[in-house]
Amino acid sequence: MIKDITLGQYLPGNSIIHRLDPRTKLLMTVSFMMVLFILNSILSLIISMVIVLSCYHIAGISYKYAFKGIKPVLYVIVFTVILNVFFTSGAPLLVWKFITISKEGVNSAILVSLRVLTLITSASIMTYTTTPIMLTDAIEKLFKPLKKIKVPVHEMAMMMTIALRFIPTLIDETDKIMKAQAARGADIGTGNIIQRAKSFIPILVPLFISSFKRADDLAIAMESRCYRGGEGRTSMRVLKFTNKDLFAFIAFVLFTIILFVLQFFI
Amino acid sequence: MNNIITLSNVSYSYNKGTPLEKKALNQVFLSIDKGEFVAIIGHTGSGKSTLIQHMNGLIKPDKGSIIIDGQDTKGKGLKELRKKVGIVFQYPEHQLFEETVYKDIEFGLLKHSIPKDERKKRIKEIATILELSDDILLKSPYELSGGQKRRAAIAGILVLQPEILVLDEPVAGLDPAGCKELFNIVRQLHLIKKITVILVSHSMEIVADYADRIIVMDRGQIKMDGLVDEIFSREDELRAINLSVPQIAKLMQLLNQLDSTINSKIFTVDKAYDEILKKVKKNHD
Repeated sequence: MIKDITLGQYLPGNSIIHRLDPRTKLLMTVSFMMVLFILNSILSLIISMVIVLSCYHIAGISYKYAFKGIKPVLYVIVFTVILNVFFTSGAPLLVWKFITISKEGVNSAILVSLRVLTLITSASIMTYTTTPIMLTDAIEKLFKPLKKIKVPVHEMAMMMTIALRFIPTLIDETDKIMKAQAARGADIGTGNIIQRAKSFIPILVPLFISSFKRADDLAIAMESRCYRGGEGRTSMRVLKFTNKDLFAFIAFVLFTIILFVLQFFI
Repeated sequence: MNNIITLSNVSYSYNKGTPLEKKALNQVFLSIDKGEFVAIIGHTGSGKSTLIQHMNGLIKPDKGSIIIDGQDTKGKGLKELRKKVGIVFQYPEHQLFEETVYKDIEFGLLKHSIPKDERKKRIKEIATILELSDDILLKSPYELSGGQKRRAAIAGILVLQPEILVLDEPVAGLDPAGCKELFNIVRQLHLIKKITVILVSHSMEIVADYADRIIVMDRGQIKMDGLVDEIFSREDELRAINLSVPQIAKLMQLLNQLDSTINSKIFTVDKAYDEILKKVKKNHD
């Protein structure tokens, strides 16, 4: 029932993007997001969209699948477009009774929607091509310097790994409990808002109970394998930057320069 | 005979339209009569669970149709259908959530708007059958032991008085005594109330003991369908899809090789006991 969420799910593959170091992907995604916020012209945003889409092509992920992932966000985009189009003042483009559509409004609507779409698609290409474990590995390595000022980097990364690991398990569990309650005649998510909220109790209570139990079991399992934090711990996969990553960084910097040149000089 | 479940040409896939698509059921035809006790066997991932979830409209088929007691599961009135078809999922105790066992059993009845007196009467009746004392009914479900939890959860389904009872591995994790107890209750309901029972199990012994008819599933399709004796006589075919016959059947085959007057087509411990005793007595005389 709720298994149709595709946003952020890892899709196995062997493309160059799949094989990049997760740190490279993480750093590039974050910097690309910052770039997107600085970019202010429609042309550069369209070009960045094209860049992201070509990454999908290289990674061998169908556009249809990518679109399925952004579907839930479309409502938000439509909403911001409406707000921007009707409520931005400026040179009038179209006047009909009390509704005025300004040139600036249309412009900012396009800018905002393009920016949001590019943000989401670029962030999803990272999660589509990187396993959650690799991602937390990358985070742990990148934040390692913070250990000097007593930030519990390893513990936080471990928490993230565990949380990510249990998302599919919890989805499965929720699905099972929903079905079991539905089989007893529960109608989930129908009626007025109070009934709807109440209808989730039969799902949430068992889910909480089993999560606590699972957490307890996991803690025991970890302790019995002598887990005692990150001190002196080595990892099975050692992350290593290669020529591919260098190449990716260079390509990224070049594209960024082109985007800014387009923005400021054209 | 009186047909109560009819599946025709049912196909279903999970994660449709994604790279993770998986075909779970592939052109399944099946009909079950009123009052039958049917067991569904098959190794993990053969589509058993998907099949039973079709029986009360939790999953709707991609292709084909399912008619339960004259009602199509794709149509309206799913709630009524779910009252008619009770499904006991694997580890049903995971669905307990109320403050007390009583309230949890009452949950389904409330959802089907059954009046208070009737609710009280039915809960009392089902609690007696499942040996849940008044004391237990007032406890929190989370204070109970494993076996009691299981019975409380099953009570929550049986209290709706389903005409078709579907059990998915109902005794997984129960001790032998609890297992026997539970099946005796199911058998009683089957014999006295004439309800149709569909049992999914990995235990060939249980299947041989309680079911009349066996449906064998393999890779989303029905491979064999027949009476217990007939299915368990086709050992080689069962072996080919990683299933087996009850252990006692193997013993009887060995005995049959030693002495051909011993019947080898015996699949339950009770019958084997009679047969061996008969033979020993004869030799003794």
